[in-house]
Amino acid sequence: MILTWLIVIPLIGGVLAWILARQNSSLPRWICLLALAIDLVLVLGLWVQHSDQVALSGGSDWLVELDAPWIPIHKGTIHFHLGMDGLSLVMIALTVFLGIVSVGASWTEIKERVGFFHFNLMWIVSGIMGVFLALDLVLFYFFWEMMLIPMYFLIGIWGHENRIYAAVKFFIFTQASGLFMLLAIVGLYFIHGGASGTYTFDYTQLLDNSISASTAKWLMLGFLVAFVVKLPAFPVHSWLPDAHTEAPTAGSVILAGLLLKTGAYGLLRFVVPLFPDAARDFAPIAMLFGVIGILYGAILAFAQTDLKRLVAYTSVSHMGFVLLGVFAWNELALQGVVIQMICHGISTGALFILVGALYERIHTRDLNRMGGLWAAVPRMSAVGMVFAMASLGLPGLGNFVGEFLVLMGAYQVNITMTALAAVGLVFATVYSLWIMQRAFHGPIQEDLKLPDLSARDMAMMLALIVAIVWLGLYPQPVLNTTKPALEELQEKTSQRNGLLPNREMDGTKLEKRFMGRWTHRNSVQSVQSSPPEFRTCEFT
Amino acid sequence: MTTTDLLAITPLIILSAASVVLLLVTAFYRNHKVIAVLALMGIALAFASLPMVSSEVSLPFTVTQLIILDGYALLYMGLLFAVSFVVILIAHGYLEKRQGNHEEFYILVLLATLGCAVLVASSHFASLFLGLEILSVSLYVLIAYLYTDERSIEAGLKYLVLAAVSSAFLLFGMALVYAELGTMEFTQMASHANAGNHSMLLLAGMGLMVVGIGFKLAVVPFHLWTPDVYEGAPAPVTAFVATASKGAVVALLMRYFATADSYAHSSLFQVFTVIAIASMFAGNLMALLQNNVKRILAYSSIAHLGYVLVAFIAFRADEMMAVTAVTFYLVAYSVTTLGAFGIITVLSPGDREADAIDDYRGLAWHRPWLAGIFTAVLLSLAGIPLTAGFVGKFYVVAAGVGSALWLLLVLLVVNSTIGLYYYLRIVVAMYRTPEDKAGEAATGLTAAESPTTPASLPLIGGVVLAGLTLLIVWLGVYPATLMRVIKVAVDTLV
Repeated sequence: MILTWLIVIPLIGGVLAWILARQNSSLPRWICLLALAIDLVLVLGLWVQHSDQVALSGGSDWLVELDAPWIPIHKGTIHFHLGMDGLSLVMIALTVFLGIVSVGASWTEIKERVGFFHFNLMWIVSGIMGVFLALDLVLFYFFWEMMLIPMYFLIGIWGHENRIYAAVKFFIFTQASGLFMLLAIVGLYFIHGGASGTYTFDYTQLLDNSISASTAKWLMLGFLVAFVVKLPAFPVHSWLPDAHTEAPTAGSVILAGLLLKTGAYGLLRFVVPLFPDAARDFAPIAMLFGVIGILYGAILAFAQTDLKRLVAYTSVSHMGFVLLGVFAWNELALQGVVIQMICHGISTGALFILVGALYERIHTRDLNRMGGLWAAVPRMSAVGMVFAMASLGLPGLGNFVGEFLVLMGAYQVNITMTALAAVGLVFATVYSLWIMQRAFHGPIQEDLKLPDLSARDMAMMLALIVAIVWLGLYPQPVLNTTKPALEELQEKTSQRNGLLPNREMDGTKLEKRFMGRWTHRNSVQSVQSSPPEFRTCEFT
Repeated sequence: MTTTDLLAITPLIILSAASVVLLLVTAFYRNHKVIAVLALMGIALAFASLPMVSSEVSLPFTVTQLIILDGYALLYMGLLFAVSFVVILIAHGYLEKRQGNHEEFYILVLLATLGCAVLVASSHFASLFLGLEILSVSLYVLIAYLYTDERSIEAGLKYLVLAAVSSAFLLFGMALVYAELGTMEFTQMASHANAGNHSMLLLAGMGLMVVGIGFKLAVVPFHLWTPDVYEGAPAPVTAFVATASKGAVVALLMRYFATADSYAHSSLFQVFTVIAIASMFAGNLMALLQNNVKRILAYSSIAHLGYVLVAFIAFRADEMMAVTAVTFYLVAYSVTTLGAFGIITVLSPGDREADAIDDYRGLAWHRPWLAGIFTAVLLSLAGIPLTAGFVGKFYVVAAGVGSALWLLLVLLVVNSTIGLYYYLRIVVAMYRTPEDKAGEAATGLTAAESPTTPASLPLIGGVVLAGLTLLIVWLGVYPATLMRVIKVAVDTLV
């Protein structure tokens, strides 16, 4: 039941916010904060309650689960099946946290139609939580699409100049790719049902599918399309700069911090575990696109003069690491992916808030018209410095841990690609310093007397800084929480590989060339045989 | 004719009687409100007789050779009666604002409904044709009902000519089939057709019938009348054409294929495949070019019939799945389309229809509830979750995947994406702030001077729209109840 409440409380909060907005324009903000605070308490409660169990148990069961029949369909039933494991728990915590931050970020920015704005915000948050919790594939699709409409409104109504174009582009990209996933889901249902006799959309039951390689390839592509568009990966990223740039600050925070993560989560949770062999065959291509995304995103980021667009392109670059890590699929890489997801959510979210705050003050996002802001707004600049450093991967801040773990994991799989990806870190340094130099240092363009960050903004920023430093210095709690879940995912895929001996025969060469060690057992061994300086920074 | 026979066709009798009563009352006492209420009562009575029929008569029950009453027929009758009930409700406020005699409108709606009801219960070419003609003739007049409006007259005339031609095709096709099989009863055809080999004559007959049916369904290439008729007809009538008339013909088509075993002809299904693909693409692509909401909905209905055909083609692999999918889709589509035309109806001022996209500009800010409802309707048409349209589309996709119609499904996905664009165009217009004229061509109209700001919403229209919206969301979130009913009903057909 607690899982339902997690999803329903923001829904109710959103409706209340909309209705009560007529009474008082700041009432919706407080209602949303209250709703999210309740959710936060619930999540933290769950986290504390399961902290031992998460760390100790093998994690074969879901921490919390809820299952009820929902829609009857030919030969089977769609279930309202929610479940939470360590991975979901961490992602939900991030969702609630960034939800609160985005309510805070729109406190002064949104002045019109406050009620409807918060209604949309809350419904997105709720949809995202549904995505992280759904264990029935149709239910997953349901939430996946449910978060689109409010996001569309968020961009389309409260966005900047070119908002309609951006909103429509975002909606069509994600909706079209989502429909292919729907096809794949239904295809999986019938093919698995036809082969095994049990027609089900249940994730755990579908894990044990025995679909032929050629079919699995197509089904996997159906899922993959939806997730890489959302991620976004290199060739299908073009909606992202527009959507991020045109969205209001809260929209950008949610987009970068959470919506992109649903794509990564989908890859982790569905694509590889459901179709391990197809995913392994596809891994080299996926990793290649990850690397291209890292480099391409970074180069394009450097070329932007619109500060918000710049930050948007860094997302493409950072998400490239996620794609690389997911398809490296060993323990280190997966841990890196999780940390990277969280840290990117926090750091990019913070950068977007800063850009939004700057825009509120100087009414431009053009880097050419900035400069010398440090003198005018020292607090804002200092905070900007922290997150620019996080973005470039400075050790001690969370992003470094994520990217480093991903690179370490990928190194065991493919050295060339890892080396190329590492070059991306250099580019990240360039564009991050570029932001600092152009915006905050240098000659003062105009004589500005600007208000610095308010106490509320500083409190918000402080929370984000604490989070990113904490993840940089001591990511162990997060790693511990997600470890059983990640191991479980790997266990599933390795078992499945074992079931197909004939594929392993020709797979060995492929594995050696591209994949290195696929199963986590092997990867543990490899860590132990790594050079000693690697072992000192072993986070597992 | 026994008493049970009469009992079985009570719904049809009630509708006929109600039409006659309405005629008589109109002759002696013309009063818009009284007639409307009487019409509503007639339909409600017919609806109420449905459960009575299913409990008193042992289904399936054939009345002569012409009519068969089974759960399937009753289910569709229920849908049709509900649709015309809503049409009459929204039509009242619409007609009230207009000049001329309003009373005949209700008689014609009752008759059209009767025609539809006969269609869904027919098991014989004769009753099929009778039903279709009762429907068509009523629609000729209904479409041209606002005879002071040029567009209405033009639409009526267009419909008259094309419907007459298509009826001729249908008749000729029936004649050929009869010449070959020697029977006009659906059930007999199965055995006759299976016994003999499939001759060219039979195939030609079937082909001609497809033309006739295709016209009624407005699928490509028999769709040319649709945009003009949708645009010209009064909005409540368009709602009826889009829902009841098409739904009844689809229901008939499924019954014919289920009982007459015509799906043994694989060539027919190739034809349907081509029609489905052409309808999806033509409907969606043409809708992109329109600036008139009614025309957009017309083209979108062509595309939607294409989606329905995708599920229908799955018929060959699994009848049960296909029929339930199509039926659910039709229910969802009817509810949604009624909502869409309901919005147009209540927004239309007395002298014209509110059918330009510009009429909806900024609606969200001066009419938030109405805009919210229209948004829900459009999202349902686009098939977005939380709405009935999504569940309908899901069942269609499931039926298609179940019979491995991958090409059709991929094209369906592509088309849904195209469709999204024009639905979103309307949504965008509604949420555009009045002062914001970027992007689309500015008209110079602001919210204050926009023609669609009538003093207040008609109460009945508002309640109906709210009810339809609730239904859209309810079916989108918890379709299990309806699905159980459909499954039970469809079981009698396949």
